[in-house]
Amino acid sequence: MKLNKASLFALISVLELASEPDRQLSTTDIANKYGISAHHLAKVMRNLVHEGVIQAIRGVGGGYRFAGNINRTTLLDIIQLFENLESDLDLPHWSKDSTPIVAELQSVTNEIDNLTKAVLDTITLATALKNSRLRGELTEGASRLKNKDRDVVKRSVLR
Amino acid sequence: MEDNVIIRNASLGDIETICGLNGSGADQFRMAYWQDIFDHYVLSGRADRLCLVAEKGSQMVGVIVGEIRAWEFGSLPCGWVFVLSVAPGVRELGIGQRLFTEMCNRLKEIGATTVRTMVDLDNKLALSFFRSVGMTTGRYVELEKQLD
Repeated sequence: MKLNKASLFALISVLELASEPDRQLSTTDIANKYGISAHHLAKVMRNLVHEGVIQAIRGVGGGYRFAGNINRTTLLDIIQLFENLESDLDLPHWSKDSTPIVAELQSVTNEIDNLTKAVLDTITLATALKNSRLRGELTEGASRLKNKDRDVVKRSVLR
Repeated sequence: MEDNVIIRNASLGDIETICGLNGSGADQFRMAYWQDIFDHYVLSGRADRLCLVAEKGSQMVGVIVGEIRAWEFGSLPCGWVFVLSVAPGVRELGIGQRLFTEMCNRLKEIGATTVRTMVDLDNKLALSFFRSVGMTTGRYVELEKQLD
């Protein structure tokens, strides 16, 4: 599955803002952190404000703040604001229902779509953030361990 | 998360309370189902079959049932959770999480390295819960066929 850029930028922004709901971030803050286009992100942010997922704070030091419910909003809720995850066989319309082979292929893509949606629709922002934090802690722990090992090697070489 | 909750092994006297846990009352079919569960998971006294309940104050508010299953479809022994229920009035207080965590600890103590469950694709509440406690799509895919 390949998400379109708008969905991906929306997921990143919403998760980033929801990770600290009291914090305000500008489009540039988020774009710089993730190395993504600020121009494209600005359009996505306007859409998210319009849908009530985030709130725009005007004035000096303004930016955006998360405005939803992290326990109720799922990844699919965000994605569906930007794209439809229904697979569409790229065939002329007249042939879609006319042959058993096309019907079978459509049935297979529907099965995949249903599984994809079941995954995305059951991961709330809270769960995604919790898992992200755990990943961060694991990476941090591993890098601390690596640095410690390097120090031990350094010390033994210096001895 | 609720602090005044204790998790303990179910005992024979718990059966009626468990039957009525989801608020729909203990009809004869539900009683028969739970009697069977109790026979296998409470009265058998086997270490690899677990039925745990959550108590808040003096009230029973949740139940979880699990076991070690081995060699199904070539799988190595693993923990299975197939019942998890929390009383409607005390949901979203972390009681399900406490039950699941205790079940995982017990399964780990008796050798399980993985825990599995199976949930209806449309049961968003249960799927979201299991995701929130760290479960992801597993290696085994459930398949089915309509028998006309």
